[in-house]
Order: sequence, then structure tokens, then C-alpha cells
Amino acid sequence: MSTTAKNLVNQPYKYGFVTQIESDTIPPGLSEDVVRLIWAKKNEPEFMLDFRLKAYRKWQAMTEPNWAAVKYPPIDYQKIICYSAPKQKKAKLNSLEEVDPTLLETFEKLGIPLSEQKRLSNVAVDAVFDSVSIATTFREKLAKEGVIFCSISEAVHEYPELVQKYLGSVVPTGDNFYAALNSAVFSDGSFVYIPKGVHCPMELSTYFRINNGESGQFERTLIIAEEGSYVSYLEGCTAPMFDTNQLHAAVVELVALDNAEIKYSTVQNWYAGDEKGKGGIYNFVTKRGLCQGVNSKISWTQVETGSAITWKYPSCVLIGDNSVGEFYSVALTNNAQQADTGTKMIHIGKNTRSTIISKGISAGRSENSYRGLVKIGPNAEGARNYSQCDSMLIGDNARANTFPYIQVQNPNGKVEHEASTSKIGEDQLFYLAQRGISAEDAVSMMISGFCKDVFSQLPMEFAVEADRLLSLKLEGSVG
Amino acid sequence: MIIDNSEVILSVRDLTAEIDGNQILKGLTLEIKAGEIHAIMGPNGSGKSTFSKILAGHPAYTVTGGEVIFKGKNLLELEPEERAREGVFLAFQYPVEIPGVSNTDFLRASCNARRKHHGLPELDAFDFEDLIQEKLQIVQMDPSFLSRSVNQGFSGGEKKRNEILQMAILEPKLGILDETDSGLDIDALKIVANGVNQLSNAENAMLVITHYQRLLNYIVPDFIHVMEGGRILTSGTKELALELEARGYDWVKEELAVGV
Repeated sequence: MSTTAKNLVNQPYKYGFVTQIESDTIPPGLSEDVVRLIWAKKNEPEFMLDFRLKAYRKWQAMTEPNWAAVKYPPIDYQKIICYSAPKQKKAKLNSLEEVDPTLLETFEKLGIPLSEQKRLSNVAVDAVFDSVSIATTFREKLAKEGVIFCSISEAVHEYPELVQKYLGSVVPTGDNFYAALNSAVFSDGSFVYIPKGVHCPMELSTYFRINNGESGQFERTLIIAEEGSYVSYLEGCTAPMFDTNQLHAAVVELVALDNAEIKYSTVQNWYAGDEKGKGGIYNFVTKRGLCQGVNSKISWTQVETGSAITWKYPSCVLIGDNSVGEFYSVALTNNAQQADTGTKMIHIGKNTRSTIISKGISAGRSENSYRGLVKIGPNAEGARNYSQCDSMLIGDNARANTFPYIQVQNPNGKVEHEASTSKIGEDQLFYLAQRGISAEDAVSMMISGFCKDVFSQLPMEFAVEADRLLSLKLEGSVG
Repeated sequence: MIIDNSEVILSVRDLTAEIDGNQILKGLTLEIKAGEIHAIMGPNGSGKSTFSKILAGHPAYTVTGGEVIFKGKNLLELEPEERAREGVFLAFQYPVEIPGVSNTDFLRASCNARRKHHGLPELDAFDFEDLIQEKLQIVQMDPSFLSRSVNQGFSGGEKKRNEILQMAILEPKLGILDETDSGLDIDALKIVANGVNQLSNAENAMLVITHYQRLLNYIVPDFIHVMEGGRILTSGTKELALELEARGYDWVKEELAVGV
């Protein structure tokens, strides 16, 4: 692809700044002592030490997975700082006024105002900076409905029975290499509990910010939706630009009981590295939802635009009869980015249904793979799946792969898989130019059209944002 | 229609052009005035389609000499989208499919890009809907086309009608039809030709590129040019087309050879 729209300048990554703040940082490296140190720093109850050590021992015996279609130099886990927290004057903050103003400014600069006057009116936010949660807005208002929304560190102290019951129940400590690592050293994240019959009155959202250049971010999110409840949750992420790679290994666990529904959306915009592939986040994430109850529903929507490497398969385990799993994904890679992402839909209960809509966009010399498993167990009478995986290539040097795995153990199961590959080519750009439409507008029109089935699943405020984000990310990729 | 002293829309002088080092146009000269319909005929590989793409600014071709003046402006200095907004319209021989973009959204973006260029207010969805309903009748298209993705899954005839619909909406100064008749059955051909005739007026000009005389039964040109080897060999009125149909292209070459 050559001449149509030359020299459109790449949009700089506008979240790439570093906040100068004094941190409480432990030395790099990972050992049983480090696990104990994190546990002690967080002043956690005894059961958490067991949980962490068990995970650490499992992790030690595991090797990094190498089946994904991504390439990167070996990671030295002894060089990673597992815990880094901005220093606060007081150990426990009672209100937002006590938060270091530098941190509030940082989040405001990222478009996430936390202060009473400026914050979004219909979205409650938990702001996580490096390893700790800084503030959670609207807690009192949510508490009136019985909804618990706080950092997972607080939940460990205030609701230990809930944490002990559900933590690791969806993603066991030894599930995979990164999940085990996370379970051993995770520092913070969000906790959500929606009581029976409650329709959560506002969107809940966590904003993750990595600030420290050497620290890994290991956050943990746990969402529990009791019988007949509903919650919509959104996660956003950014990081400064560094020449080195930072590791982000998160675990997200969702539990939906009878007739409950959880909608989980992600707009991921971690720093992706420069156009030569230097720097950027390694995003190795385990996300899984358990549709434990009958008629329960879990819906994942993700817009993945950042990270040097994405390794991520938000999945649904459909245990409850008639439960529903959904996965809507847009994964965009540009320059030297690599993404291996998709989902797993495990049908165990009767009449369980799942839908997978995956849209991969690859530009530059990036590599974008969809990897998905649909498994219909022997007792999943009448289970159904529909999968659609579309890839779009921009230019001649990008690659797209689709790896669908289908395992059907019940003769009544029904699995449909459709896939397509299209290309934004010189011909289409010329056709649109001949109708007076500039290359930038042409690309953004085609991308919006390509992604609309996924964007329509996002909460309104974020759908517009996601659309804009994709256009920004692709600037300079034609021509 | 030929109008005395009408405005010169397109003036091409000694145009030469190449692709990947191969010279395709070898000194093409042509003048088109407002109100006129011109046809370019010629055998395969004579350079007719290349000529239409060069007028539209296709990036694969390099102009190596000559000039192209469109409404007094140097067309070769303009980007493809600027040429389009100025009023050059190319009805493609093979219109491309654009998955995921609805025909309506595409047509409105296109219409508004041109309106903006000319300092006119952009049309909102409602005004545009009124405009498009009126234009649909010109090509006898079903409104359900509008909600489908651009050209995706369209039959050959539907694609060509969609091209003419776009021309109706954009109201170009110069409409270039590149082998619009290829792959059309007789009914679709009549609809397309009828659309072009309705759009032709004293203010604009049409350049019809075709391999066969058949289309010219329905779109009657004022002038016919026979192209061969990257230049125009001979020009004439509509009777020339009939002669070509009866005697083939070789006859022109022989005639000229004798003349030399």
C-alpha cells in the first residue's frame, strides 16, 4: 500500500506521561519472602497468606505458556517489582480529601475526575494507581442499595467471608502460569457484590493506571451477582510511555447466580510501544465468568487497542441450565503490536447458549490472532453456539489468524462458526476518494462499520469513545 | 447536444502516461464542452479504461507528459478526492464492495463532502432521505438497497445502477462511464442508459467508454472517438459507431494506414 494518503502523522499516545510521586516500592524479584512481605504490607488475614503461598508454589512448578502466536524475549521475573504504591500520609483514608492531590490530578488528566463536583454522574469509579486503589466514588450511594463496590484490599478486611468463598473459585490459583503469578502477588483491584434482586443503579468502573517503569501490575477483580441481580461494569487502562516493557498480569473472576446478569466491558489502551516495537505493556490476563445459576448471563465486551502483546481469553463457564455467555470483541493492532485473543465458551448445563462476535483489525506489520474454544459437554442437551470471527487487514504487511477449537460431546449440541477476512485496500480507498471522501474519513467509516456489532454492546458513553479511539490508533496506517 | 460557444469542461492535450514503466497513453488529445456526450470506443488494451482512471487520479498511474484542464483548472495537480468534489465522476467498471458501511451513510458522506467543498450547508439525515428518494426513481432502485452495505452482495446490474444513483446525487460536471455496459442484461442496460440520459443536461458533459456499440443505441453520443495504442485514431459522429460495429476496429487502422 503506497501512495493514497502519505505521511498522515501518527497520533502521539496522549496518556504517556509519568506522574512524579514518592512510592513505597519493594526490591525487584519474586520469592516466598516477597509474597509474605506483600501479605504483611497489606496487613491481610491469615487465609490470604495460605492462598498466596499455595499459588506461589504452584507457579514455581509451572512454565510460561508458549502456544500463543506471539513472540517476545524471555521475561526475567526476578527483575520485576511486584509491589509499588504511592506513599500516602495516612494508612487509611477516610475521604477523597485525604488523597494526594498529585494522584487526583493524574486521574483528572486521564479524563477520570474523582472529586465530588467533577465526577461522572452515572458512573462509579474505582481508581487503581500502580498497585493500589486510590479512591472509589459513589460508595455511600451504592451502599444504600446494598451494593458493595470497593477495592479488593478493603474487601479482604471488611468482607473476608465473601472473599474467602469466591476468590479463586472461578480461576483457581494454579489455573495457568500468569494466574498463579497473580494469585501469589496481586496487590489490588476491584470488588463488587450485588445483593439478591438488586439492579445496580449505575455503571461501575475501574480505571487502571500503571505509573512505575519497573513494576508489574497484578490486579484482581472479583464480581459477584446474587440471584436476580444485574450489574454493568467497565474497565479502562492506560500507562506511560517507557522504552522497556511492563508486565500486566490480571485476573478477573465473575460469578452469576440464578437469573443474574453481569455485563463486563473493557476499553484497553495500555501503551503499545513505539512504531518500531520498543516498549509497551505485556498484557497477560485471565478473565473468566461462571454462570453458576439457572438463566444467568455473562457478557464480555472488549475493545483492545493498546499493549505491545495481548494474551487474553475472557471466558464463560455455563453451568446453570439455560445460562447465556456472550463475547464481543474488537482487537486492533498496529505497528509491531501482537494480539492473541479470543474466548472460551464451556457449555455444561442444558440449553446453554453462547455467542461470539470477534472483529480483528490488523495494520502496520502487526499480528492479530483470534483463538477461541467452544466446548459442549456430555450433559449439555440442546446447547447452542454461534461464532463469527471477522478479520480486517489494512496494508500489505499485517497478519490475521483465526484458530477456532470446537469440541462437541453431546449429539444435540449445535455449533455454528462463520469467519471472514477483508482488506482495506487501495481499491476501496480510491473508490471512496473518487466520491470525494478523504482517506482518513474512508478508513474511519470502514472501521466503524466493521465494528458496529461490538460497539453497540458498549455502554453509550464508551461506544463513542471507542469509535474515536480506533480512528486515532489507525491514523497514519494508510498510505 | 452540441451547443455553440458552450463552456469547455475538459481539455486534454498530448497526454502520456505509464504504469510500472509501461507506456499506456501515447499522446491523447480531446476536448469536451458542456452539453455534449462523447463516446470512446476501441479494442481491449487500447488504453480507454486507463484514460478514465487517470482523469479520476488513480494513484497507480504516472502522467509523464501533456496537460489536462478541467473547467479552467489543472486537473493533474488535484488529489483524487478534490477532483471528485470539483465535479469529476467516474462510474467504475468494477465497483468495489465496502463491507459494514451502509449505502445511505456512504452516499450522504459523499454528498456532504462535495457540498462542503462548494460552501453549501451539509444535509442532515432527513433532508438527505428526501433527496435520495427522488433520485432512486432515476435508476428504479428499491429503497432496501440503501440499508445494505455498499455494493456487497449486489448483482452486476445492481452495482451499475448504484453507480448511476451516485452520479444522480453528486450531479457531476463530467460523468465518465467506464464500460458501464459490461455484464449487463438488456433490461439493466436500458435502465442505466435511461438514467444517464436523464442526468445529461446543458451544464454538464458525459464521457462514455465502451467496447461495444450496443450501449450507444441507448445513449446517443454527439461525438465518437476511436482509440488504439494509447491515442485517438479518428473521431466522428454516431454513424461511426455503426460502421465500427459492422466492420470491426481493424478497418480504422487500415483506413488510416492507407491515408498516411
